[in-house]
Parts: sequence; structure tokens; C-alpha cells
Amino acid sequence: MKYIYYPGCSLEGTALEYNISTKSVLGALGVKLVELDDWTCCGATAAEGTSHLLSFALPARNIALAEKMKGDLDVLAPCSACYLNLKRVEREIVLDPGLLKKINQVLETEDLVLKGKRKTRHLLDVLSSDISARDIASAVVRPVNGLRIAPYYGCQCLRPYAVFDDPEKPRSMEPILVSLGASVYEWDMGGKCCGASLMSTAPEAGIKLVAGILDAAQDADAVVTVCPMCQMNLEAYQRRASKMRKTHYAMPILYLPQLMGLAMGLTDEQIRLDLNLCVPDGFLHKLPDAQAV
Amino acid sequence: MKPAFEAGRPHGASKNLEERLEPVRKMLLPCMQCGTCSGSCPNAWAMDFSPRHLWRLLLTRNGEEIFKSRTFVLCSTCYSCTLRCPRGLPLTDAMSMLKQAAAAENVRMHRRSVGFYKSFMESVRRHGRVREMEFMTLYFLSMKNPAIPLRFTPLGMRLMAKRKVSFEIPSRGMGRLDAFFRKAKAVEDQS
Repeated sequence: MKYIYYPGCSLEGTALEYNISTKSVLGALGVKLVELDDWTCCGATAAEGTSHLLSFALPARNIALAEKMKGDLDVLAPCSACYLNLKRVEREIVLDPGLLKKINQVLETEDLVLKGKRKTRHLLDVLSSDISARDIASAVVRPVNGLRIAPYYGCQCLRPYAVFDDPEKPRSMEPILVSLGASVYEWDMGGKCCGASLMSTAPEAGIKLVAGILDAAQDADAVVTVCPMCQMNLEAYQRRASKMRKTHYAMPILYLPQLMGLAMGLTDEQIRLDLNLCVPDGFLHKLPDAQAV
Repeated sequence: MKPAFEAGRPHGASKNLEERLEPVRKMLLPCMQCGTCSGSCPNAWAMDFSPRHLWRLLLTRNGEEIFKSRTFVLCSTCYSCTLRCPRGLPLTDAMSMLKQAAAAENVRMHRRSVGFYKSFMESVRRHGRVREMEFMTLYFLSMKNPAIPLRFTPLGMRLMAKRKVSFEIPSRGMGRLDAFFRKAKAVEDQS
């Protein structure tokens, strides 16, 4: 199994541990990644807030670069915003040839042409569709037995394009969590919005969404997610949400490959829990001791 | 006191805002006012008009009225309304088109959201990839309000301590995607 890897900007900055753990886990599962050379930003939600054409041309530049690479490999994006932006180009140019023409006019400045021949896949799609839960289970050496894990999907890997999961009641993470030895925390917030950039532009609105998700997760041992924006909102604003709700949230928010790495016995350097802003000691003590296995 | 609402051009001459609304209106004509969008929106409680109400205003009022609402800047692009709309209307795109119009006309009332998106794009234009600290610095500079950076200082310090971001003075000079951005604007202005 081989993919063109498009990490995106967050994974080089605030979501560094997502980048490292994704590469480590996929490597350990025998998946090869070739990083897209000279990739640029997908535009996130900012391009869409300023220019319709740029919101297509920016992600399209990366697809066009991928089209120049040998073979017919899929593009793998761990970030949900990157994934959606690339997927949107893939879907919309089929419906609107005029749009494709305009995109290509912009891509001319980079000597690139978009044909629309690459598929973009989300990391969760690859983990749940291409790699089976059985393969993951057989790589587990240190099952995280007894941990109640709340699967948090967020929005943009699920909607508006229903590609690999139910966009309202997502479940694709559950077999993976079970294969790691975890039990799935039942809740209905898995596909609800974390507030995204409202945490910066309208924090009084964003913080309520964050607190609502943390409230619903309160009996779980950790939340796992597959999006840098969701992870940041749920992790970084726990203090502020605690102040608002007059409570004390101390919920570990891990990236799915970090939890997988723990169960697969990968090293600290491959998982980098130290890069998370807050992983309470209480959570670390619940992890089975590697020596005991 | 400055008026809360101020379009990019003098009162009575904001033809551009009107022009920019035309494609959104056309898109929303089939709206039957069922309110599924409002019921699905996680931020409807914080909006002055519910999404359903905004679509109605859009079809019946002039542009300036629409841009006095904060509804569209409170859209967090979760796509719940788009997924559920029984008419299959791309409602999240409609919200984005309103954000684009507010950005193009620099509608003062929405400067927090417009400034945020524009600062992000500025960092992308300069380097091809967004540099998170540069982007936030540009954002703070554009807001000219010391309370905003202060609110972010604790988080910025925690991220710097983890060496995930580093302090950056915004760069000057040629940008990596200058030609790309210029061309996009030219093509967009033509159509």
C-alpha cells in the first residue's frame, strides 16, 4: 500500500504530533508514504472566506502536483480541512467544466495543469477501508484494555461528501478502537462541530460548542480525533471552558494514530504525547505497563 | 462614535454589495423556508437572524440590510445544513459567498472575521504555507485592539514552549504565491 502524503500546514506546526504519529503508525502497518514535493496550503476555511476561485485553485495546485507523480496513487490527507478542500476540487470540476478552466488559468502561473485524475483520501478512510481492523489488531502488542475512548470525528471528513462514513452518525473509528482493546464511549457528539475558527473570530460562540463536547465526554478516559482544528479547540480551551462552566475539565484529546501507537507499542518519539498541551498523569497511569505484557 | 456598519464605499453607492448578492439570491430561489437549516445549525442560538430568516431577508431586502447581520460570520462551515436541506441547496457555500462579499467590500462591522481570513491568506501568499505565528501577528496588527492579542498570549506561550510555533516578525518582499494570487483575482474580476 502506497500513498502520496499531503500533510498540510497544521501538521508542520500546532499538530506536529499528528504528523509524527501518523507516519509512525502507517509505517508500522507496512504502508508507504511519498510526501508531495513542494506542496502549498489548501486554503483552509480562510480562502473560502475571501475568494471563491482561490478556495479551489489553492487545493488544485496540490492535486496537479500529485498528478505529475508516477503511478496512480491516491493522495492521503490527515487534516480534515485539507481533505475536504482537495475533495471539493475533485467533485466540483466534474460538475462545472467552467470552473476547471478558471482553475487552470490560475495554475498556469505555476506551470501546472489540473486534469482531475487523483483521488484524495482522508487518513480515517485509509485506516478504516484500506487497512482492516484485523490487520490493526494483529499489530497490537499492548492493548489499551479498559480505556473508554470517545471517538470524535468533527465535520469536514464527514460532510458534505459522504465518502466513507455516515455523515450524521459516524462509526468508522469504532472497529479500530475495539481492535486496540479500548471500549467505545457511547455518545452522540462525534460528528458535532467544535466551533472551528469561531474560537478566534467569535470566541463567545465557539467556547460553548467546545464546552458542550467536553461535557458529553466527561465519563470517557480520552477523546480521540482525526482533525488538527478539532484537537486544538478541544484541548487548548479547556481552561477557558472550565472557567465559563465553573468546573474543571482535564480531558486528554489524542490523535487517533497516537492511541494506535500506544497500543502498537511504538516509542515515545513515534507518538509524542509530550507535544500535546495537556495529557493528565491520571490518563498515563491507566495505560497498561509495557513490561507487564 | 463610528457607525457599526460601513461599506467600502459611500452610502447609497454600494452597488458592488448588491451585485455580489445576485448569484446568492439566484441560488436560494428554491428555498421553501422549512427551517431545517436553522434546526441543524450549531450556532443558530448566537445569531441575530436564524439561517432560514437570513435567506428570507436575502430574497426580499437590499444588500446593506443583509450585511448588518452577524449570521453569516457565525457559520463555522460544519455543513450540517447543506447535508440536510430538502431542496439540496448548498447553504454553506451561500454563507461563504456572503463572507467573500464582506471581505471584498471590507464591511467594517465584520472586520474581526474578515481580518482573520485575510491575515491567514496573506501568510499563504508570502510563503505558500501558512506560518501560524505570522498569521496571528498580522491578524492582531490588523485589529488594532490590544485586548485581542492579550487573549491569545497564554496559548501562544504554551505552543512556543512546545516548540510547535516560533515568534516571527512578518516578512516583506516578494511572496511565493504572488503571481498565483494576482492571476486568481484577475480571473475572478473578469467573470
